[in-house]
Amino acid sequence: MRFKRNIATSEAGFIFNPASGDSFSSNPIGSEILTQLKEDKSRQEIIEVIASRYDVEKNQFERDLEDFMSQLRDYNLLDEN
Amino acid sequence: MEKLKYERPIIKKLNTGFSNKFGSQLKNEVVTHLEGVGVKELIRQYGSPLFVISEKQIRRNYQHAVRVFKTRYPKIQFAWSYKTNYLNAVCKIFHQEGSWAEVVSGFEYEKALGNGVPGNKIIFNGPDKTDEQLVKAARNNSLIHIDHFDELYSLIKLSEEFQLKPRVAIRVNMDTGIYPKWDRFGFNYENGQAWNAITRIINCENLNLVGLHCHIGTFMLETGAYAIAAVKLCDLLRNIKEKHNKTIQYLDMGGGFPSSNTLKGSYLPGVDTVPTIDQFADAITGAILDFGFRQDELPLLILETGRALIDDAGFLLGTVLANKRLSDGRRSTILDFGVNTLFTSFWYDFKISPAQDGGQYTEETVLYGPLCMNIDIISENITLPLLQKGDHLVVHRVGAYNMTQWMQFITLRPNVVLLDQEGHSHLIRKAETLDYIESAEQIPAYLKKDTPS
Ligand SMILES: Cc1ncc(COP(=O)(O)O)c(C=O)c1O
Repeated sequence: MRFKRNIATSEAGFIFNPASGDSFSSNPIGSEILTQLKEDKSRQEIIEVIASRYDVEKNQFERDLEDFMSQLRDYNLLDEN
Repeated sequence: MEKLKYERPIIKKLNTGFSNKFGSQLKNEVVTHLEGVGVKELIRQYGSPLFVISEKQIRRNYQHAVRVFKTRYPKIQFAWSYKTNYLNAVCKIFHQEGSWAEVVSGFEYEKALGNGVPGNKIIFNGPDKTDEQLVKAARNNSLIHIDHFDELYSLIKLSEEFQLKPRVAIRVNMDTGIYPKWDRFGFNYENGQAWNAITRIINCENLNLVGLHCHIGTFMLETGAYAIAAVKLCDLLRNIKEKHNKTIQYLDMGGGFPSSNTLKGSYLPGVDTVPTIDQFADAITGAILDFGFRQDELPLLILETGRALIDDAGFLLGTVLANKRLSDGRRSTILDFGVNTLFTSFWYDFKISPAQDGGQYTEETVLYGPLCMNIDIISENITLPLLQKGDHLVVHRVGAYNMTQWMQFITLRPNVVLLDQEGHSHLIRKAETLDYIESAEQIPAYLKKDTPS
């Protein structure tokens, strides 16, 4: 499951899906994750990066990342295959 | 390298061209302290959830209400509505301020006596008074507000039997333009029932009719309904004077003023929409003063205001247990208090503040209690910062009808503390324990043997 290629993201956390016309906003850590998803980083890699930069326990972040991914899925921003 | 402050990642859909009718979301004011006392510190000391009551706010509310009425009408008396919050410490504050007691059961009557209220300053309302309680109230010279004919006849019989001369009033119900009509308490005005009861009382040597009472509803938003009620009581009072040459000493207008909570389903926050106590005072005192009594004929005006005097003096502190995503994508947060603790969540959309800085991002969330029951919803939809497990919340305006109507269900009722006027905290009701709950239980002997394994 990957972040859709055609989705535009800005560093300020603005996200635009040209296919549907929907736009979204995320907080800074959210945009950081989106950038990494675009770079095809694995979940494990993302967890390592975030846990080294932010003051958070890995397993706490793992749960939050899971939740974030499910939001992306709900908003139709992930390629299902 | 120092690590960055963490915040959960979120993404929100933007609704372009469809901005919120009332402008941007209300800012989530962070409430870290209540009257200078740290929320975290209170929870550390007394646990979570925790009810906190502000003595300063109670006194401020009471003194304000008295001032508002006294500047409009010469003879005012408040009577604290016990059912609204009968923690003794709370009642004692009201009594210190000069409030009488208004009770609706034998249990509350005993509480008022226990709080040192003289019998003649207790108003005994409600449809459920036993013979024993009626006799006791009569002996104490309390004000007995008669609710129905059966009670009236019991009281007549008891007064003769025990040679008592109780001071009584009747509760009158009436059409004040409010729907639904509260006609199940007291005697009806329009159909003549109230007048019949009055006549019956006046013809009875043993009963001394001293007042007329009504309580037209609770969380009333129409000040005009009070004016109508006041005029109808004044009309009875005048007729009693003219037809029976008897002077009625007081009109008791009951309670019912709203607090600034927001009722569920309201479009606008209560703070912006509910009438002020000044407006209710204008309606009531205006109606009485305009009725045309001579100055020396004006009855004492009694008020049994409950909710409006205590709701905003109470806070509930609680803690986030977990976050969950619902199947439809909505966020939900589970708290350590539910509708068992916060009974008034059935009526109100509370103002709820985070107790710690949660960053600038917010999310719409459903707030659930911990009860494993579908009805256990504190808020269907509230915008809050990104909460983490262990974060604290402050629920505002919970002083009325929670600490009396809370339910003991699958868990124990929490501590209640009072913040005194210097900001010191005092435990005024201890959290319940398993032993306390079970102390009233008994096991039949044949069930006492250990269950075979
Ligand atoms: C007889 C009577 N008086 C006073 C009150 C207090 O009402 P409130 O809290 O709405 O002011 C009540 C509450 O229902 C009541 O039944």
